[in-house]
Amino acid sequence: MIDYWSMLFVFVLATFIGLGVIRRVSRLLYTPLMSLTNAISAIAVVGSIVVTGADYPTPIRVLGAVALFASTTNIVSGFLITDRMLKMFKKQ
Amino acid sequence: MTHAIAQLAAVLATALFIFSLHWMNDPKTARRGVIAGVTAMLVAVGATWVQPEIVHHGWIVLAIVAGFIVGVPLSRVPLTAVPQRTALLGFLTFTGSLMATGKLQEVNWIPQRPVTYPGQNFVNIGVLAIAVALGVLVVVQPTAAWSAHAFLTIVGLALLFGVLLIIPIGGADMPTVISILNSYAGLSAVAMGFVLNNKLLVTAGALDGSSGLILSIIMCRAMNRSFTNVLFGAFGTVKAAAVAGEQKEWKEETVEGAAQLLEQARLVVIIPGYGMAVAQAQHRVRELYDQLTKRGVTVKFAIHPVAGRMPGHMNVLLAEADIPYTALVEMDEVNPEMPQCDVALVIGANDVVNPAARYAKDSPIYGMPIIDADKARTVLAIKRSKKPGFAGIDNELYVQDNTWMLFGDAKAVVGDLVKQLAGGSGLH
Repeated sequence: MIDYWSMLFVFVLATFIGLGVIRRVSRLLYTPLMSLTNAISAIAVVGSIVVTGADYPTPIRVLGAVALFASTTNIVSGFLITDRMLKMFKKQ
Repeated sequence: MTHAIAQLAAVLATALFIFSLHWMNDPKTARRGVIAGVTAMLVAVGATWVQPEIVHHGWIVLAIVAGFIVGVPLSRVPLTAVPQRTALLGFLTFTGSLMATGKLQEVNWIPQRPVTYPGQNFVNIGVLAIAVALGVLVVVQPTAAWSAHAFLTIVGLALLFGVLLIIPIGGADMPTVISILNSYAGLSAVAMGFVLNNKLLVTAGALDGSSGLILSIIMCRAMNRSFTNVLFGAFGTVKAAAVAGEQKEWKEETVEGAAQLLEQARLVVIIPGYGMAVAQAQHRVRELYDQLTKRGVTVKFAIHPVAGRMPGHMNVLLAEADIPYTALVEMDEVNPEMPQCDVALVIGANDVVNPAARYAKDSPIYGMPIIDADKARTVLAIKRSKKPGFAGIDNELYVQDNTWMLFGDAKAVVGDLVKQLAGGSGLH
């Protein structure tokens, strides 16, 4: 049984923390911020690991593996490209 | 035991994600933010992998290795393609972003101008309503014989809705749309978290969703438009020739003349736009910056929040060309200084410097805050062609008495200016 109320609680609190933190992000860094959050949104990878690795029927695990591949691609390229952009911001 | 590990890992990863975003508040600490993000991701993946229900390790290794093989080269895309990549990759499931990508890439068969027709919102909402109604039916009666067909219909309608939602949105609204799509990716992670009872998915998705939300609010504010207006009210349905009464002529300036104006200035404000990105002119702009600062000219870059095709687009391009970020100033900061500016050099920007935004009530950009380029003593504008900008609106800045035009590819024109300045430097 999933406790939807505590999930909702977590969701609302996390959203407020997110709003507070993001509001302070430097305007210079909006593009790297987008690619960073894009990589973070690929956290769905944990779901696809379960679907791929647990004992499900093969067609479902194939779909899971495709999802795992897609989110890994997103994580790897998302973090690498963010770092590549941030490296370029120099003071003088 | 493994359950405790999973819970602990979720808490740790959430904390690291928050720090990761927090460190983005300053370019000095931002790279630490990436390290925190990577660590959080590794913790999350590791803790999931060691759970006892995971038995097929080979498949996981295979998918992850394949992800690396594709992901590493994808991260090497040229930086002008970053908007396309962000729009495409994060939302593999969302056709709307495919259409957005098409618009960004200027694919021929997708109209650049917003596509509008009477009753458009009615059709869009109708499609959405049918999809939602079918969705409810499938959930209520999952075993009915027709539910498989209904499910496929929903998928089809969702794709159609994505397309319908994006085609009325003009290119000038792309920064907002990309931010919104970015937050959708987070919200879908949240939904997955609710279904799988996984709090880490909920927290990380919520952080991502709020980032997209804040960016889109900022972008909307920078255009003086509401959220619903961007999504449902098409932009750029141009009222033809609003200023037809007084057809003023362009005045062209030679490269020699422009170079002279620039080197005699004390304060030069460069206003870059999408045209600079398209022409890949940022490295030439850097050379121009070097030439001018060497002569004691103060050079500032005025960045409009929606310049380019994604939030922060201009900052990244200029940083790529090694221009120090201390030379980049916000619109609100630079506007009070514009009357003291000797030369405003507009490179491939258009709507963000259009004075019509201040008073022309029938203009689609009316009310949008702009960079006051017209208040500078002299305006030099580099423009690819004599066509109007992305939003399809005439720009009277270009026919102002103190404006001189330099027509041509931004990279070539700025390159010529640099050559002129470098060659002439011996004479002074």
